[in-house]
Amino acid sequence: MNSPIFQLAFILQVLRISIPYALPAMGATVSERGGVVNIALEGTLLISAFATTLATYLTGSPLIGIVCGIFAGVITSLLHSLVTVYFKADQIVSGIGINLLALGLTKFCCQLIFNSSSNSARIVGLETWSFLPNYPLLNNPFVPIAVVLLIGENFLLFRTRFGLRLRAVGENPEAADTLGINVQKVRNAGVAICGIFTGLGGAWLALDQHCFTDGMSAGRGFIALAAMIIGRWTPTGAVLASVFFGFSESLAIQLQGSYGAIQFFQIFPYLLTMVVLSGFIKRAVPPAADGIPYEK
Amino acid sequence: MIKLPRFRSPSLRNAISSLLAVIVAIAISTIIIVVVGKNPFEVYSIFLRETLGNPYGIGQVLFKATPLMFTGFAAGICFKAGLFNIGAEGQLLIGAFCTAIIGYVFAPLPPVILVPLCIIAGIIGGGLWGIIPGFIKATFGAHEVINTIMMNFIAAGVVNYLVGNVFFVPATVHTPEIGINANLPRLESFATFFHGSPVNLSIFLALGASILLQFYLSRTTFGYEIRATGLSQDASRYARIKTSRVMIWTFFLSGALSGLVGTNYVLGYKHYFELGFSEGVGFIGIAVALLARNNPIAIIVTALFFGILEYGSLTINVIIPKELANIIQAVAILSIITLTKVFDRYQIRLMEPAK
Repeated sequence: MNSPIFQLAFILQVLRISIPYALPAMGATVSERGGVVNIALEGTLLISAFATTLATYLTGSPLIGIVCGIFAGVITSLLHSLVTVYFKADQIVSGIGINLLALGLTKFCCQLIFNSSSNSARIVGLETWSFLPNYPLLNNPFVPIAVVLLIGENFLLFRTRFGLRLRAVGENPEAADTLGINVQKVRNAGVAICGIFTGLGGAWLALDQHCFTDGMSAGRGFIALAAMIIGRWTPTGAVLASVFFGFSESLAIQLQGSYGAIQFFQIFPYLLTMVVLSGFIKRAVPPAADGIPYEK
Repeated sequence: MIKLPRFRSPSLRNAISSLLAVIVAIAISTIIIVVVGKNPFEVYSIFLRETLGNPYGIGQVLFKATPLMFTGFAAGICFKAGLFNIGAEGQLLIGAFCTAIIGYVFAPLPPVILVPLCIIAGIIGGGLWGIIPGFIKATFGAHEVINTIMMNFIAAGVVNYLVGNVFFVPATVHTPEIGINANLPRLESFATFFHGSPVNLSIFLALGASILLQFYLSRTTFGYEIRATGLSQDASRYARIKTSRVMIWTFFLSGALSGLVGTNYVLGYKHYFELGFSEGVGFIGIAVALLARNNPIAIIVTALFFGILEYGSLTINVIIPKELANIIQAVAILSIITLTKVFDRYQIRLMEPAK
């Protein structure tokens, strides 16, 4: 049992790495269950990380930072739904556009505000929250928050009227429309909820690293997308896949120095996603109307 | 409501919505410049003077536009077939890496053999990387969008590994230099007009590719099959077109075109493959193709426009952060897809008989 895998520090590291995968992955699940593909996760993470950094820097309060991060996440997502749900333009292209916008905009603002396009000033992080020194797992408030959100999302998707409507709109918008469901409204709500989750993920990134650095999302939005696919478009599956990715990445860090291991673990989530999508390991099937704008 | 005229010709409609998108993007960038307290006239005049106002600037613009032409073709040909290739970034990494390695390993060969060999290496490297998502789509029906995104990261991991562990120059992030026989000459060695700028012969490769592609798409059976598959897969299958073969082949071509990016940077400019050299041209190629409506000739024009943005943003960096260019590009992407929808719908409404 001396293996580093069983030590608390390792588990903490796995959780730390998994959070910014799990939150956007949960968000994307809601968005895609409603039929909107959101590859703008990457950009949304960046924008909310920047918003969190700026707000925390100005106010000194990480809590306000988190609120602003979530707010920025929702705004970014609403831009995506404005283009794709309201104007019915292509969801993939919109996602690419938003990712590019986020990359440019955050660097632009970082240069103007912090006088460097690559990183911001240092901000206070979450250490100030260590309220239970004996329970290190709880000292990272994002872990219990994520668990609560996971339960909440499962309830929302599978036990509420809204959840049923959202899934209906994602599978067969024509039928949902015939039954009097406002497809646009429900899809917008789904994308906005995705923004809340992703915004929280971005806030965590900024607070964990104590600053904003350019491109700090570093592909996490895409790994989250991968986790959502491997989790077969269910919140629990998405979180489990995220933790699995967190685990394999932590292993890679443990193995540092061994030949090629880092790169292998870097590409591993992406390889696995392709294998799952191709149907080699129990085929993952997206919602039927995923990615198709609904036009009456 | 303002009554807009009605345009019967679809290509005219397309041109108008592309132009509108550019106008929206420039308008928004002007607002941003004003908001951050700078004078837009000053910014734009420096921008224009430094990009198009002198030979060096023109050379730089052409240099920046060359890779965008290749990735624009790559995105465009896939769009024509109704496919989505977001994997140009990965394909160009693999292609450029192959180009650099062949140029290094076979350095002693004479230029007439080595240069084509390097170019073919880029075509094959990018093409084979591109064929994978096409094959997966044709065989297993898995959507190419996610697979191409995933393959971008896999490509980055693979070249990171190879540059870091196999073909490395200590204390750098690039491969060893290619042989001098593999160098593509800069245009300055033929025309003093381009003195000092890195624009090189690969731009003619891009122009040639554009003409070939236009011919291929509009005048050959296979080009017809690509377009037919893009319009309707079911109808094409009914017409005995082997749509899965079309998908695989289109993805190969698309990857091959992305792979040619290495000719500009590796053969014509730095003479080695460097990690992170592409700066997202694979993604911007999608915008280039969209704005040009996937027309290979129009892609040259839109690539030049984006090239002006890319280089121009560097010249105004002292006044306003150069990332303004990314913002303009992103706004152009978002407005082109939105405007097309709105404009087309409006035009179609105008065409319906009055009730």
